[in-house]
Amino acid sequence: MKMALRHAFALAVCAFALFPIVFVLSAAINPLGTLASTDLLPTGFGLGNFADLFGSDVYPFGRWFFNSVFIALTASFASLLLSMFAAYAFSRMRFAGRRAGLLALLLIQMFPQFLAIVTIFMIFTRVTELYPAFGFDTVWGLLLLYLGGALGVNTWLMKGFLDTIPKELDEAATVDGATHAQIFWRVIMPLVTPILAVTALLAFIGTMSEFLMASVFLRDPESKTLAVGMFGMIAGDNRNANFGMFAAGTLLTAIPTVGVFLWLQKYIVSGLTAGAVKG
Amino acid sequence: MAPDVPGAAERAPRPRRNITTAFVVSRIAVLAVAAAILLYAVPPLVAAESWLGLGVLGAATALIGYLYLTPRLVPAKYLVPGTVFLIAFQVVPVVYTVTTAFTNFGDGHRGSKQDAVVAIETGSVRQAPGSPEYALTAALRDGELVFLLVDPDTKQAGLGTAEGLEPLAGARVGVTGKVLSAPGLTVLKAPEAAARAKEISALSVPTPGGAIKANGLSRAVEGRAALVYDAACDCVRGEGGPWTADESQGYFVNAAGDHLAQGWQVGVGLDNFARVLTNPTISGYFAGVFGWNVVFALASVAGTFALGMSVALALHHPRMRGTKIYRIAIVLPYAMPAFAMLMVWRDMFNRDFGLINQLFGLDVDWLGEPLTARLAVILVNLWLGFPYMFLVTTGALQAIPRELTEAASIDGATPWKGFRKVTLPLLLVALTPLLISSFAFNFNNFNAIALTTDGGPFPAENPQVGATDLLITYTFRLAFGAGGAQFGFAAAVSVFIFAIVAIISATAFRRTRKQEEVYA
Repeated sequence: MKMALRHAFALAVCAFALFPIVFVLSAAINPLGTLASTDLLPTGFGLGNFADLFGSDVYPFGRWFFNSVFIALTASFASLLLSMFAAYAFSRMRFAGRRAGLLALLLIQMFPQFLAIVTIFMIFTRVTELYPAFGFDTVWGLLLLYLGGALGVNTWLMKGFLDTIPKELDEAATVDGATHAQIFWRVIMPLVTPILAVTALLAFIGTMSEFLMASVFLRDPESKTLAVGMFGMIAGDNRNANFGMFAAGTLLTAIPTVGVFLWLQKYIVSGLTAGAVKG
Repeated sequence: MAPDVPGAAERAPRPRRNITTAFVVSRIAVLAVAAAILLYAVPPLVAAESWLGLGVLGAATALIGYLYLTPRLVPAKYLVPGTVFLIAFQVVPVVYTVTTAFTNFGDGHRGSKQDAVVAIETGSVRQAPGSPEYALTAALRDGELVFLLVDPDTKQAGLGTAEGLEPLAGARVGVTGKVLSAPGLTVLKAPEAAARAKEISALSVPTPGGAIKANGLSRAVEGRAALVYDAACDCVRGEGGPWTADESQGYFVNAAGDHLAQGWQVGVGLDNFARVLTNPTISGYFAGVFGWNVVFALASVAGTFALGMSVALALHHPRMRGTKIYRIAIVLPYAMPAFAMLMVWRDMFNRDFGLINQLFGLDVDWLGEPLTARLAVILVNLWLGFPYMFLVTTGALQAIPRELTEAASIDGATPWKGFRKVTLPLLLVALTPLLISSFAFNFNNFNAIALTTDGGPFPAENPQVGATDLLITYTFRLAFGAGGAQFGFAAAVSVFIFAIVAIISATAFRRTRKQEEVYA
């Protein structure tokens, strides 16, 4: 009896979790491809929306997909490495300004970065004049911008992980003649790899969904990310007509994330307990 | 306190460094990267004659090169890479934003006073009465753009440069009245002139009391500025004037109290902050938005936590079957792209063809009424956020020894009591920091509002503040919205948001620490 209640509750929550996804699925395979003609359960089956998505002249979806995955992969990998470096210094070394540095990071992180977007816009106007390769409408410029937030977000988290690794390991390595760089790469990094994987996944999801900075930064259709491009896809008058394409794009966007998610599932619970937010 | 390992190693006498291959390779790599950056970054700076930028770049490269070649300063080696980005793209913009809060920077106050004077004077240029409409030919004199002007009445040709208008001797004038050729000058053909249209429209030939400007590519007229700046009285003379400069407002004002549209950026001290607190309209909205903002953040955290925890508890039972499948189904929303799902939800709430109305046979304008719109965004945020809470509670539950709850039930505690007195407190110890950061995140959850309601519905009398606006979306609209950019004011509001979030988080973290001491 009690078990039945538990199952009933879990099923209800699953229904709540899944019905928007079912709706997206049904919209994506809806042959008519409009919002108005889409029901919760599929009424027909056709891959026309997917074909439209890749055949479209107006919306270079493949290009957006590449841009997004490229930016998200590079930014999450690089920002993780940068914050690992900093966390290693904060966790393992004692130096003047250590406490002040940690506190400063915490404070800077609390300032909503994109409220500085006016200033960022002016800085990058200048950068675009000097170095077009890193200016507006380039993935590299956006990447640099994302790296600016790298330290603030993850350093505290990483420092927490590193603090739990016994110092005796480093000391043993030092006694054996290892340099600080060798300790970092050969001792510390292998120990935190599982947790790194989870944090990288979170950073990946976050960057894939980042909308505001990207929308200010990327205006050329070819340089857009999925978030910016797909927002434009159902903006204004196209909201009803392009909904099927949009839903198809949403499903495709989820594929890499879901795949990595299932793959990392066993690490995710322990990794998440240590911090990081979404939604 | 842990022993000071690296420092001690630094102080100990070190007879000889081990020169390994990795060591040599890494040093060479450092030098190569530094050289590459210099090679790439210097030429544009030189071309732009940005000597300050060049100095900063040179100093930074030299410092970084030194840092990675010297065996000392080990902590800095690890801190600098991230810090460079942090300073360039986060600290500098934030500091600049904060200083902006003390100015009136925004539409009408973008540049310096000089820029404003130039804009006012050129903006007031009208064709001088009785002035001729010259036939214009663009030409080059030693690579410099000049105007060849023919007065249609007198057929006199003149040479217009940025210095002034002078007579042009030996010019051959064609039937159209335009100069065809002149000694020492290269006449631009139509396509060449079109390619330089920007330069041509920018060139202004000063005349006594006005200036000759191109009007298209083949006509030029003499214009007179209706407003002229007079440095002697620091005022603008002309129509409706004199307009005297008011340095406290950054405007030229006249006796009637009006001001010219174009102003300049001045420091306004604490005015922007005072405006948030004292201006009755703004402070009223600010309080309203702030209240809803707190409700939204609290409801999001409480709702996601309650739902996530309940389902985690429901699945957390030794005889529960199918947990793996349930878990995957519940985690799926977390893996879907949040930006896209927010827009899908927006369309599901659509009145005319949205799924919610269709399913339940309703005709509710969900996002059009303040109350339903607020419920809707909280519901959407619940959907987005509860899988995360489910995951973290599942993790924390597994860390709580089952003996504790069993002991409680043997002692006669009801399951509810056992949960209240044993499980929940232990969960909260582990999860409070996450709940706090979740609160801080949702307090500034821009996407959740901007991609669904975009702040709306808006009351008819005030299109600036909507029912679901968070402080951050409200600020964003102030800074970039249709009502004209008010960067200075928006920056002041940002500083307030920052202070609020910082205070809430700091108090909360302090309380957690106390709590941990209690349960430890």
